Amino acid sequence: MAERRNFLPRSEFPRLLSELISAGYRCIGPRVRDGAIVYEPITGVEDLPQGIHDLQAPGQYGLEQTAEPRFFAWANGPQALRPLTFAGRDKLWTAERKADGSVEFAGESPQAEPVAVIGARACDLAALYIYDRHFMQGEHPDPWYTARRQKLFLIAVHCTHPSLNCFCASTGDGPRASYGYDLALSELDEGFLIEARSEKGERILAGLPVKKASAEQIETADREIEDAGRRQVKGVPSRNLKDVLFARLDHPRWNEVAQRCLSCTNCTLVCPTCFCHSENDVPSLDGSRSEHYREWDSCFTQRHSYIHGITIRPDTRTRYRQWLTHKVGSWHDQFGRSGCVGCGRCITWCPVGIDITEELAAICR
Amino acid sequence: MQNPYLPREAEIVERVQEAPTIFTLKLRFTDPAAQGAYGYVPGQFNMIYLYGIGEVAISIVSDPDETETLDHTIRAVGRVTRALSRLQPGDRIGVRGPYGRGWPLLEAQGKDVALITGGLGCAPLVSVIRYIVARRERFRRLLIMQGVKRSDDLIWHEQYQRWRELPDTQVLLAAEVAEPGWTWHQGLVTALFDRTHIDPGQTIVFLCGPEPMMRASIYELGQRGVADGDIWLSMERNMHCGIGHCGHCMIGAPFVCRNGPVFPYPELKALLGKKGF
Repeated sequence: MAERRNFLPRSEFPRLLSELISAGYRCIGPRVRDGAIVYEPITGVEDLPQGIHDLQAPGQYGLEQTAEPRFFAWANGPQALRPLTFAGRDKLWTAERKADGSVEFAGESPQAEPVAVIGARACDLAALYIYDRHFMQGEHPDPWYTARRQKLFLIAVHCTHPSLNCFCASTGDGPRASYGYDLALSELDEGFLIEARSEKGERILAGLPVKKASAEQIETADREIEDAGRRQVKGVPSRNLKDVLFARLDHPRWNEVAQRCLSCTNCTLVCPTCFCHSENDVPSLDGSRSEHYREWDSCFTQRHSYIHGITIRPDTRTRYRQWLTHKVGSWHDQFGRSGCVGCGRCITWCPVGIDITEELAAICR
Repeated sequence: MQNPYLPREAEIVERVQEAPTIFTLKLRFTDPAAQGAYGYVPGQFNMIYLYGIGEVAISIVSDPDETETLDHTIRAVGRVTRALSRLQPGDRIGVRGPYGRGWPLLEAQGKDVALITGGLGCAPLVSVIRYIVARRERFRRLLIMQGVKRSDDLIWHEQYQRWRELPDTQVLLAAEVAEPGWTWHQGLVTALFDRTHIDPGQTIVFLCGPEPMMRASIYELGQRGVADGDIWLSMERNMHCGIGHCGHCMIGAPFVCRNGPVFPYPELKALLGKKGF
């Protein structure tokens, strides 16, 4: 792969940011805030989590500082691309009540600025492909998602440091990013291998002081990615689990997991493919205006399935079963693939450490 | 890019109290161009917006060729519908739609059509009845079976009386609890199957009502040899967006708003009646 023979020395890495900024992009990348790696605006490489390692286990997340030079030696934090495309809250329109009793509707026109995301992982790019289909490629494209998505410049970083909760190798989505990016980086101690996959990626790459990568550098980078896949300890069956899950809707494990699940919605809010949202009206205090918002929602709430006096899913058992049978079962019918990209976030951020791979193993065994 | 979530203003032209908690709103878009451009098929629904409160999915009960008003029959039972029930002619609301898959009326042509409904499930099928009555020659026998909990709940008495006078049309009504003066059957709507006949293979069946009632009807139809593929049902689930984005209305893979609300029974057979779906 000739395009991967570009090497950007670590000392020149700031040039990538300055090239993006001069091309008009606002840069968003990983940084440490409140003890977690989050994706937020960055102004220089000094904002990146250099030398940071993460420690993840079911229900556990922590960071540790080392003296190592790398910026991307960690697995994903709670969120990455999801809030940058499908925002937690969007105002869809405003209704105004006039003195004569008429109601005027004014739609919002979503505006998005060009944003470059540094450090998109393979799992999140796979999730974005699903979001694209859901929000952008149907009969009614979502203007907010589409506006943000079309302004995204994505710089992938191939994963070399999976967490204990990662299982992207088993879903086929990682650790190497194989599509959906403009530029991809392989991080080495001394710098980065850099490859372009789009015209706009080529344009940024052309402005960088890259050298020819050595054969050893390419080999080291490839080996680290392959090792990252091999080191993953968790996994899910790669086959379509729809039929087996729907054949086992009365499996005792659903009761058992419901005893542990708090129905807190964390798993659905950190999941990069969960798309449920509610629409809510917020009237002004004087009653003259009412703003209509779209906000993240979760199938673990009571309200999610409520309809005139009936709650279709009144208990945690039916809610957890809804989530899992949809995510890795009926998702295949909707999107032609599973809704699980192996990022492991639902395991890390579950307050009681429920592990999707263990639940699937127990139910599908 | 068009904002698919934006309602258009409509005026309540007329309000009809059908029963103590059931009312019909006859609506007209305040923009004549919007009224002229609006088209739908029976079985589709609109998202009705009440200022400052929110939206609710309501099926359309008028005939699609009746372009003067757009009618919605509503039971005051939830947060939005109770507030909607207080509106009067001249009040303004928001409407967006129509959404979803309607009844298979082309497929029904040349066949017997059996409409089996329970409670306010009759509303999404009144549009079908009006459609068939206006084009009577295209369809064979019309069978209307409607059941209610209490005989007082029955709405559209006069219409049922009128429809039963039509040629080749049978109307059967049932009430589980009958008040004095009730001349129809007392009991469940499914008991009415014994008072009529259904030609399997010649008949297409449209169901709408509470799910236990639809499941019991499907059982009776199966006993009479009606194929699963000749049975269609209209489903109801929580809906926020109406366009297959928000995720509330899924029954397994299908989104009720986008793939339904009208489904051929085989598409739902695996999960119909499964608690939690």
